[in-house]
Amino acid sequence: MSHNENLLEVDGLRTVFDTSEGMVRAVDGVDVTVRRGECLGVVGESGSGKSVTFSSVMGLVRSPGRIESGSIRFEGRDLTRLSPREMRAIRGRDISMTMQDALTALNPALTVGEQLSEMLDAHDEDLPARGGARRRAIRDKSVEMLRLVGIPSPDSRLDQYPHEFSGGMRQRIMIAIALAPGPKLLIADEPTTALDVTIQAQVLELISEIRARLGMSVVLITHDLGVVAEHCDRVMVMYAGQVVEEGATVDVISNPQHPYTRGLLGSIPRLSLRGKPIRPIQGQVPNLVGLPPQCRFYSRCPDRTEACLQFVEMRNVGSDRRARCIALTQEEVA
Amino acid sequence: MSLGKLAERLLHLVPVLLGVSVIVFLMMALTPGDPVDIMIGDQNVTPEQEQAMREDLGLDLPVHRQFFVFLGNAVQGDFGTSFYHRRPVLDVIVERLPATIELSLVALIIALVTAIPLGVLAAIRRNSILDKMATVGSLLGVSLPGFWFGILLLMLFAVHLQLLPVSGRIGFSSEIEPITHFLLIDTLLRGRPDAFWDALKHILLPAITLGLPMTAILMRVTRTSMLEVMRQDYIVFAEAKGLKRGRILFRHALKNALIPTVSVAAIETGSLLGGNMIVETVFGWPGLGRLVVESVFLRNYPLVQAAVLFYAVTYVLLNFIADILYTTLNPRVKL
Repeated sequence: MSHNENLLEVDGLRTVFDTSEGMVRAVDGVDVTVRRGECLGVVGESGSGKSVTFSSVMGLVRSPGRIESGSIRFEGRDLTRLSPREMRAIRGRDISMTMQDALTALNPALTVGEQLSEMLDAHDEDLPARGGARRRAIRDKSVEMLRLVGIPSPDSRLDQYPHEFSGGMRQRIMIAIALAPGPKLLIADEPTTALDVTIQAQVLELISEIRARLGMSVVLITHDLGVVAEHCDRVMVMYAGQVVEEGATVDVISNPQHPYTRGLLGSIPRLSLRGKPIRPIQGQVPNLVGLPPQCRFYSRCPDRTEACLQFVEMRNVGSDRRARCIALTQEEVA
Repeated sequence: MSLGKLAERLLHLVPVLLGVSVIVFLMMALTPGDPVDIMIGDQNVTPEQEQAMREDLGLDLPVHRQFFVFLGNAVQGDFGTSFYHRRPVLDVIVERLPATIELSLVALIIALVTAIPLGVLAAIRRNSILDKMATVGSLLGVSLPGFWFGILLLMLFAVHLQLLPVSGRIGFSSEIEPITHFLLIDTLLRGRPDAFWDALKHILLPAITLGLPMTAILMRVTRTSMLEVMRQDYIVFAEAKGLKRGRILFRHALKNALIPTVSVAAIETGSLLGGNMIVETVFGWPGLGRLVVESVFLRNYPLVQAAVLFYAVTYVLLNFIADILYTTLNPRVKL
């Protein structure tokens, strides 16, 4: 694989949090590849490490957390080695992020226009250098961005505050801000969790549409496999700080290899299985402090054996398919 | 803010002022000591003369009658005559007011310009030496009694180092014809930088003493709210946008963190009025605070009554200003 095809390559990422109860290994040896123009779905329960993985990519892990080891290559550059200043230039301009709840992610004391224009001011290199021309250009671009995400009468709404918009509108505004400098990668962290079902579909549609238009890559972090099935080219399933399965969305959903992925799919209510009970996964995500080097899904796995009590590697299980289960045999990659 | 709301707020003043008048009247009536006795001192006065004095001052009436006489006059803008000055109390108060306002404003400015940067620094360098020093300092600031701290400052800067004057508003040779009655302004308007410097030296120690507890409180409020704000999602999002640190701190964080600080500052300005009585007495500052203290000792009822009413009005107005500032800074709230 060449750098040309892969926009982001995360290799052996370990992000830990020093807490009073001990070292929490929130992300424990995670590899991620995001290709140019693709949409990668990242699925997992709360605490699986999906958000921390991408906070690490953004360089936003705060004390007491830190990246212990691993590399994060974006267009070939290792982001973990950049200075704070270099990283700041990449955040927003090259890699942008939206957060789960736009109500808390937008600053309540600043107008939507200011929050949008400061993003352009920080990163847009096509703007006039300074003065009134720059201000006008930023204003025009801001109006254009709001129009792009479907905010009616954008010019007058720039001077309003976030609380004056509905939940769906705020989500659109946050997306407009994230997309304003034309990033190459958008990390959308649970973009629909805080929204009504009807609005969810609109927002996802919007992201897909803009992705297609701008040719950017999207990482869609979610716990909803239905969303992944509809919008993502590839999917990565995380569990307790590790990737347990990844591959093309169609393959993973039609033929899951890891018992956890099977469990996730089994807990989705479906009309075609009406009358049959939903089978939730029993038990809970293990505490991430002081985990033994065994399969992390051991305590909840219906198929567990003695052999699972050792460290389990990722195995190639088909073209572009990988899963972390002792029951699978490693296939030679063609 | 609509005119209706404004009128409603002003209407709130009526019960407050009525209540305050009743309380002050009762307190004065219950306080031992008699103004006429104090005025007579050890002069020889016949009982008839004494009775005439009482009638003259309206003190021969029962307390409740005195109260209604006061109330009747007060609503017409007449707050009575100062027993001591023999002039309308309102005139005496207005004469002393600029000194007190000037001192309070300087104290407020000192408090704001030290407390806010210190609070922000303590928050962003949490648990650093600076943060710990600021914590200890603010604890001292609220707990040190003003009269003691003021005397300490006087001993150090005025007596030992002889850098600053001991008392008063301005030196004898620097006196100027007043314009606004704020000396720091008037000296400049009259083109007397030397006199301005002199006035500044006079106001420094009392203003620091007066502003100290407020500085301590505002620093704590700023620190706490800054820490709270820095945890918010919108700060993470601002960082994710790749904004500069200064912009995140001052535009995104401070604008939100200042909302509680400003409200507390406006309300605490009311407490400066109480502090004024002590500080003005310690530093011989010719303001309203010292006048009230003197008037209490002289049982100068009308003056104390009017001054306390003035304090009450100021307090209510400051609360009102706090609300207005709160809405200006916080677009989510509308009055």
